[in-house]
Amino acid sequence: MTAEPQFRRLVHFVSPADRGFATVVYAGSILFALLIIALFIMLVLGSWPSIVKFGPSFIWKSEWDPITSKFGALPMIYGTVATSFIAIALAAFVGIMAAVFLADFAPRWFATPLSFLIELLAAVPSVVYGLWGLFVLAPFVRTAIGPALQHVFGWLPIFAGPIYGVGLLTGGIILALMIVPTVTAISRDVIAAIPRDLREASASLGTTKWETATRVVLPAARVGIFGACVLALGRALGETIAVTMVIGNRPEISASLFAPSYTLASVIANEFTEATSSIYISALIELGLILFVVSMVVNALARLMIWSVRGSRA
Amino acid sequence: MLRSLVRRFGALAIVAAITVPAAAATQLTGAGATFDYPFFSKAFYIYTQKNPDVTVNYQSIGSGGGIAQFIAKTVDFAASDVPMNAGELARAGEPVLQFPVTLGGVAIAYNIPGVTATLRLTRQVVADIYLGKILKWNDPQIVRLNKGVNLPDMPIVVVHRSDGSGTTYIFTDFLSHVSPEWKSKVGAGKSVSWPAPSAVGAKGNEGVAGQVRSTPGAIGYVELAYVVENHMSAAMLQNKAGKWLASSPDTIAAAAATKPEVSPTNFSIVDAAGASSWPISGFSWVLVYKKPGDPGRAKLVYNVLAWLIGPEGQSNAKSVDYVPLPSNIQSSSLATLKQMQH
Repeated sequence: MTAEPQFRRLVHFVSPADRGFATVVYAGSILFALLIIALFIMLVLGSWPSIVKFGPSFIWKSEWDPITSKFGALPMIYGTVATSFIAIALAAFVGIMAAVFLADFAPRWFATPLSFLIELLAAVPSVVYGLWGLFVLAPFVRTAIGPALQHVFGWLPIFAGPIYGVGLLTGGIILALMIVPTVTAISRDVIAAIPRDLREASASLGTTKWETATRVVLPAARVGIFGACVLALGRALGETIAVTMVIGNRPEISASLFAPSYTLASVIANEFTEATSSIYISALIELGLILFVVSMVVNALARLMIWSVRGSRA
Repeated sequence: MLRSLVRRFGALAIVAAITVPAAAATQLTGAGATFDYPFFSKAFYIYTQKNPDVTVNYQSIGSGGGIAQFIAKTVDFAASDVPMNAGELARAGEPVLQFPVTLGGVAIAYNIPGVTATLRLTRQVVADIYLGKILKWNDPQIVRLNKGVNLPDMPIVVVHRSDGSGTTYIFTDFLSHVSPEWKSKVGAGKSVSWPAPSAVGAKGNEGVAGQVRSTPGAIGYVELAYVVENHMSAAMLQNKAGKWLASSPDTIAAAAATKPEVSPTNFSIVDAAGASSWPISGFSWVLVYKKPGDPGRAKLVYNVLAWLIGPEGQSNAKSVDYVPLPSNIQSSSLATLKQMQH
C-alpha cells in the first residue's frame, strides 16, 4: 500500500519506547544482513589460496587428489545438483498430492493425525536417516528398485550400469524423504488459506472435486507451493550426513543414476578434520563457497520466478 | 515467603554445585585421532578410578584437528595416526615429543555369498584389486590361491574410507610398499584418489564394515577391532617372509616389535620382516611439548601418559580389541616421554 521510504517512519514515532523498539528491530535486521556478507567474505578469504592456484578451472575440472594436491569440483557440483533435483522431483509430486489430500479431501479426524505424522518425519535426525538408508534403503534399491527400473528402462543410460545399492538415486530418495514434510506442511497451509469462495464458485460451475483441486485451487496456490519447494530445495542442497552415508562418495560423474557420486557438503564433512596441508583446507573451503553461491543462485532464481508470476497476476 | 527462600537457597545450591566438584579434580585435555578413542576412553576411565583427583577429557576430532589444537596450545596433549611433519613442527615453534601409544592393524574384510572358508590373498593381489586390475572374484589369480573354494563369477566391489583417516594411511602405505604401480599412480595418505572402477567410499570404519556386510562381492579394509566385533570374514595374507597369516593382536604386535628404533621420522612398519608379522600395521602417536607452559599440569600429564604406555595402561587395550605395545616399544616410548620437563 505504501511506498514511502522506511526511514521516514522512524521520525514519526513520538514515544521514545516506539523509537527504541524500531531501532532495535532495524539493527537486528541489518545485523543479519551483515552476518551473511561476513560469512561470504570469510569463505572467500579462506579459499583465496585455492582460488589463486586453480582459478576458474576448479569449477570444471573433474579430479580430487589430495596426495598431488589436484582439486576440481565438477563431480561434486553435479552430485549436489543431481541429488537435489531428484529429491525435489519426488518430494514435490508426493508432497503436493499429500497437501491437496490433507487440505481438501481427508476428513478432519484423519487429516490431523496424518499431518502430525508427516511433520514428525521432519523431526527425525539426519544421521538416523543415514543409518536407515545404509542398512535398509540401499539394500532395497540394490535388490528391488534397481533391478526393476533396469528391467523396464535399462536401455536409458541413466538406468544402465552396475547397481551397488549406494549411489545417486539412493541419495536422491533419502533427500526426498527428508524434504517431503517441508513441502507438505507449507503447501497444505497455503491451500487451506485459499478462500472458500473460489472452491464454491468452481463447484457451482459443475466441476468435480478433483477438477476443483487441480484446475482452481492448485493454480491459485502455485506461488506459495513454489515457495515451499524452494525452501525444501534449499535444505536438500545443504544436507550432509544422511547423503554422505548413502551416496557412495566417489568424485566421478557418471551417466547412470545407480553409480556412486559425491556432493559438496559430503566432501567437506568427510575430509575437513584430517586435511592438514593449507591448499587442501583452502580447496575444501572453496567447495563451501561454491555451495553457498549455488544455494544463493537457486534461491534468487526461484524468487525471480515468483515475482514474475506475481507481477503477471496483478 | 517460600518463593524468596527457594530463590535464595536455589541460587546458592547451583553455585555450590558448579564450584565444588571443579575444585576437587584437575581435568587434563587431549584431542586428536578417532582411531585411539575407544582405547583412551577405557584407559582414562580406569586411570581416574585409581587417581580420582585427575580426569582426562579426550576429544576425538581427527588427527588434523588434534594437531591444530596442539599448535594453538589449547590442549595438554594430542593424538595422531601420523606424527607431525616438518611443516607442522615449524608451526608449533617449540620442541615436540612424539611417541607411539598403541598399535593399529588393518584387516581385509570381504563378503562373498556362498564362501565360508577363509580367503587367501597375496599382497600383490590386494594391490591389484585396489588398482582395478582384478575385477572379478573368479579371476585366475585369486582362484589359484584358493583351490577348493567355489569363487563365483561376481564383480568385486572395492570399498574404501571416504573420510580422511589413519587407517587409510596405513593401508595405502602398505600398498605403496608392495606395488610400485600404486606408489607412482596413487601414493600413500589419509585421503587418496582411488583408481578402481567400482570403488565406493564409506564414512568411518563402521561405514566400511557396514558397506561390506551389506554388499555381496564387496572387499574392504577395516581396523581389526571392527572385524572382530562384527564377526566379519577377514582374509589371510602372505607376508614378506612368505608365511600365511591371519590378522590378530599377536601378528600385529610382532610387526611392531621389528622396529624398536621407531621414531617420528621413521615409523612405517607395513610389510615388516619376520615370520609372524602382519603386513598392514601401524603405530598411533601422542604428542606433548618438551617444555609445557604449566609445570603443575605437566607433572599430571606426565603421570597419565607414563601410566598409559606402561604395562598397566596397555593391559586395557586387549579388552577393547586394541593391540598392546610390545615391551621394547613401551621402553622406547617411555624414554622419549622422560625428556618432558615435569
